[in-house]
Amino acid sequence: MAVEEKEIEWLGKSVKRKEDDRFVRGAGNYVDDVVLPNMLHMAILRSPFAHARLTSIDTSAAEALDGVVAVVTGALLAEHNLAWMPTLSGDTQAVLATDKVRFQGQEVACVVAENPYIAHDALELIEVEYDPLPVIVDPKKSLDDDAPVIRNDKEGQKDNRIYHWEAGDKEATDRAFEGADVVVSLDTHYPRSHPAPLECCACIADVNPGTGKTTIYMTSQAPHAIRTVFAMVTGLPEQNIQIISPDIGGGFGNKVPVYPGYVVATAASLLIGQPVKWTEDRSGNLASTGFARDFHMHGELALDRDGKMLGLRVGMLSDQGYAYADAQPSKFKAGLFHIVTGSYDMPAAHVVTDGAYTNKAPGGVAYRCSFRVTEASFLIERLVQNAAYEMDMEPAELRRKNFIRPEQFPYTSVTGFIYDSGDYEKALDLALEKSGYNELRAEQKRMRDEGKLLGIGLASFTEVVGAGPSRDYDILGIKMFDSAELRVHPTGKAILKLGVKSQGQGHETTFAQIVASELGIPPDDVTVQEGDTDNTPYGLGTYASRSTPTGGAATAVVARKLREKAKEIAAHTLEVAPEDLEWKGDHFFVKGAPDQSTTIQEVAFAAYTNHPQGMEAGLEGVTYYDPPNMTYPFGTYVVAVEVDAKTGEWKVRTVVAVDDCGIRINPMIVEGQIMGGLTEGFAMSSMQQIAFDEEGNCLGSNFMDYLLPTAWETPHFELHETVTPSPHHPMGCKGVGESATVGSPAAYANAVVDALLHLGVRNIDMPMTSAKVWEAMQQGRQAQDQ
Amino acid sequence: MANETTISITVNGRERSSEVEPRMLLVHWLREGLGLTGTHIGCDTTSCGACTVLLDGTPVKSCTMFAVQADGRALTTVEGLQQNGKLHAIQEGFKEEHGLQCGFCTPGMMLLGAALLEDNPNPSEKDVRWAISGNLCRCTGYQNIVKAVQYAGQKIESERSGAQA
Amino acid sequence: MFPRSFEYFAPTSIEDALALLAEHGEDAKVLAGGQSLIPLMKLRFAAPDYIVDINRIQGLDYLEEQDGSLRIGALVRTSDMERSELIASRYPAMAAAAPLISDPVVRNLGTVVGSLCHADPQGDWASVMLAMGAELVCRSATGERRVAIGDLIDGPFTTTLEPNEIATEVHVPDPGAHSFGTYLKLERKVGDFASVGVAVHLALDGDRVERAGIALTAVGAGNIKAKEAEDALAGAVLDDATIDRAASLAAEAADPKTDLRGSADYKREIVRVFVTRALSQAATAKAA
Repeated sequence: MAVEEKEIEWLGKSVKRKEDDRFVRGAGNYVDDVVLPNMLHMAILRSPFAHARLTSIDTSAAEALDGVVAVVTGALLAEHNLAWMPTLSGDTQAVLATDKVRFQGQEVACVVAENPYIAHDALELIEVEYDPLPVIVDPKKSLDDDAPVIRNDKEGQKDNRIYHWEAGDKEATDRAFEGADVVVSLDTHYPRSHPAPLECCACIADVNPGTGKTTIYMTSQAPHAIRTVFAMVTGLPEQNIQIISPDIGGGFGNKVPVYPGYVVATAASLLIGQPVKWTEDRSGNLASTGFARDFHMHGELALDRDGKMLGLRVGMLSDQGYAYADAQPSKFKAGLFHIVTGSYDMPAAHVVTDGAYTNKAPGGVAYRCSFRVTEASFLIERLVQNAAYEMDMEPAELRRKNFIRPEQFPYTSVTGFIYDSGDYEKALDLALEKSGYNELRAEQKRMRDEGKLLGIGLASFTEVVGAGPSRDYDILGIKMFDSAELRVHPTGKAILKLGVKSQGQGHETTFAQIVASELGIPPDDVTVQEGDTDNTPYGLGTYASRSTPTGGAATAVVARKLREKAKEIAAHTLEVAPEDLEWKGDHFFVKGAPDQSTTIQEVAFAAYTNHPQGMEAGLEGVTYYDPPNMTYPFGTYVVAVEVDAKTGEWKVRTVVAVDDCGIRINPMIVEGQIMGGLTEGFAMSSMQQIAFDEEGNCLGSNFMDYLLPTAWETPHFELHETVTPSPHHPMGCKGVGESATVGSPAAYANAVVDALLHLGVRNIDMPMTSAKVWEAMQQGRQAQDQ
Repeated sequence: MANETTISITVNGRERSSEVEPRMLLVHWLREGLGLTGTHIGCDTTSCGACTVLLDGTPVKSCTMFAVQADGRALTTVEGLQQNGKLHAIQEGFKEEHGLQCGFCTPGMMLLGAALLEDNPNPSEKDVRWAISGNLCRCTGYQNIVKAVQYAGQKIESERSGAQA
Repeated sequence: MFPRSFEYFAPTSIEDALALLAEHGEDAKVLAGGQSLIPLMKLRFAAPDYIVDINRIQGLDYLEEQDGSLRIGALVRTSDMERSELIASRYPAMAAAAPLISDPVVRNLGTVVGSLCHADPQGDWASVMLAMGAELVCRSATGERRVAIGDLIDGPFTTTLEPNEIATEVHVPDPGAHSFGTYLKLERKVGDFASVGVAVHLALDGDRVERAGIALTAVGAGNIKAKEAEDALAGAVLDDATIDRAASLAAEAADPKTDLRGSADYKREIVRVFVTRALSQAATAKAA
């Protein structure tokens, strides 16, 4: 019988997820599952109008209904100075409307009742009078001189412009274009989308009148930051506020902001002295909470006749809705959009972006992406593909010719990003090989001769994830570091507490593996705790693929700190000098005498029972990790689609994804993240859109109109990897949760356009519905006939 | 409430009775009435399937049924998959094949998978994709859910043939 | 999503159900599969005072041929249609439509008869039944009548069903010894309503089309029977010219609206393409 080897190598192992045991039993604990004694239920009345003056609200009939405890209006909140709240970008947003409603679905009043059925009965009894105002749904018209001012509540706001922001070097870029042989341009709209996690937002606010303690269960990706914001908004002392994010049913950026429901529930609980639960319905979620994208983009790419890129010019208009409400590093008004030069060695670039108010919901969250990099990546990858067509070059070759080369790293882009590491050509080559790219091209030609449409799209993206460093990145002034606290108990088991917050990314397993890898305590012996602000160190939360780059790094660093202390204790118990010890996986041994050893578990016991005199007892520590730089994962995706020439319907035939996120801690989880992202990329390219009509009616406020792909439409994915470690991350890791959402939409779009190339089609805006594809084919054919 | 009526439903093998308003949706009765919170609510429009339960073995969306309609019938929820402390093969499959991330759609998906395997113990990728297409997942991209269901099918088969041997 | 209060009845006989409707008809709704009604109630777009749940009435779930025609009872679920060997072997248009309706879980409850009574212009079953010349059997406490599906539909979500009536059965005439049928649906994803749907049923006599039924989904205020296209096919041989002509006539019969699903022109073109595809398929099948 073979001797069972003790597992000591935990990095790169597809450990099964520790958190799954509760989820597969239906024993996850989401906010709506939590029931507190004497809990009341809140429901929100929303505006049917997109823009209207609020002339009167009569709540008397609602208040008179049996089982109704309170009706909260904006006027009531205003008495407590709570009618407005700050957004995460330093703008303001109404909690409940007082003067006007500014989008359809805006929160107007709330009913608190004994059960949600009664609360909804009461909503029907609230009488609101509106005086409709002209509605602005088009951000271009919003910036017209005669446009009605949406934010007339803001002193000094004379128009609907939120910001004008530039990055890069205008003069150098102009010069580059003057010297160019070829200029390609593209106008496209990255449509308004919504992360739509399967669990909607929810909270239970429990303000204890006896203790003054405010406990809020909340679907929050960033509980610590929320606690601070709550303290600042409400004036409640921060030590009395505890935010608990239990299990979260997906976030994708949607659960970063503070929403009116959270604030009103808290105010109501304070007022009534009982816990108040608010569970959002799906229409509320889609119509009022953090949407994403909605960028009208114009890009121009200058090249010389050999296909060398010379410069990039981008003009962009962002439709923000009625409030500028993104979670956004305060020094970058358009987030990190200026990484728009992508994977290419671009000598010059100039980016101009404007933000405009419209009568739509606020949000602009980074939906499974790092602050606007999705839009940037989409634009450059679409432009490069079109440039290849313009120059009659193979799209893969044009990319190859312009990639930042491995020896150029760390590479400083013309817009100021320092790319940490990369080997773009390697990822491209692997993707081409694995997809049978050349064969696909040959087949495309054969099929075209038969009147059938096959399209092949590429995207070679570079992401920028893992904010901080704190010198550049903050949310409302709070710097973007993150933290880990590790306590090893006397029996050698450990608890790891983090400032980040999983919403399905598998932190309980991945971070336990980091501890295991650094300290030799098996993952099963490490409990990972997140989301409870009273019991975890301060952190900025999980979004923008930042958990492994920041929280993961903090875990590695704190584990190493503990290992140093453990070494001293081991030296003490083995009666040697610390320098005489070596570490191997899970134990120290004396150099040259491997039999003289002590395991980390033994050391942990000694830390509480036999520690050296003069040393503090215990084996625990906390680290606040401020990353020296962002991490830059990258990859190449190849997508092949077949388009029905008669109906415009398209089906994905092949998706080959090569991702490089540096060292993979748990490859199974990494691949799960990539497949999820590829699916959302497919969703955005094919069906997801929050649209509005001219009156500002939201046309995507339920899952019959806001379309999410099922297993049937979703393609089968083939995944591959290259590994280029991050030189600055303690374990060589890069973030990955969002790579595929960022990189893949352009691959799908490029594929569909590629299928119609011979018809003269060069662009179809997402979502590429069958109708839009058909229209593009019609226009292409008509143009060819002329 | 004047309008309440008594219902009695066998839930996960146990008869449960209570007074409900006719308008009480089945999903609310399970969650709030019985505290079986593994059945989730993800939409308003019968689109997402997070609330899927088995009604006499057949998958239904419990958000689109009144509790009174289930009077006298038998329901299986995610909490009833496990038998005598042992996970159902479908639960193992989801763990083994990383068929879940946030876990919110998982109960519904597992119940669909379990029902499918009753009819079709060895489903193809296409079979599984079709069978679960009434439910939404936002995290996994479905591929590992397919593998999880197939894993469970194989496991059930091998246990069956093992038992025969 | 919390419906308004209502009073609930679960009669165990059709007579009891009809008596309840006789009493409460105007303020009552019949609940069968509930997959259209309950969503409306949750959104409070519908708020009946009384619900008459017919699911406890025995013997309404028959799916059988009798005297040469098909009878589909009021409690036959769409999933029953999907799995029925009778439907698969004799009623290809129904067999094609069933798996395209809503999603697999909703089909386990949603009924054929309920779908017809809901009269959603995007409803698929009504087109199939129009194409096949089906009738709805409507019972009241005072009697029974049969209504052709075309006469049932009175506009979007409106039917000629009386408040005291229950639709107990769809009655589908003999498809003919040699027939062809299909249902083609343009949808954006599983579970979507039709952007465009086309039902085709042909009774064949050798090379000739004896009788044609063509009906369209989601391209008008109700399901549309493409009468002129049907007439153009009657007695004709399915050659390319006939197919083109019928497809164009069907497209002309459509009256679609432009929306996010596509322009009116696009939808009309899809009708043309789908009718062409269906008829070409019939021609190929016949040739084989």
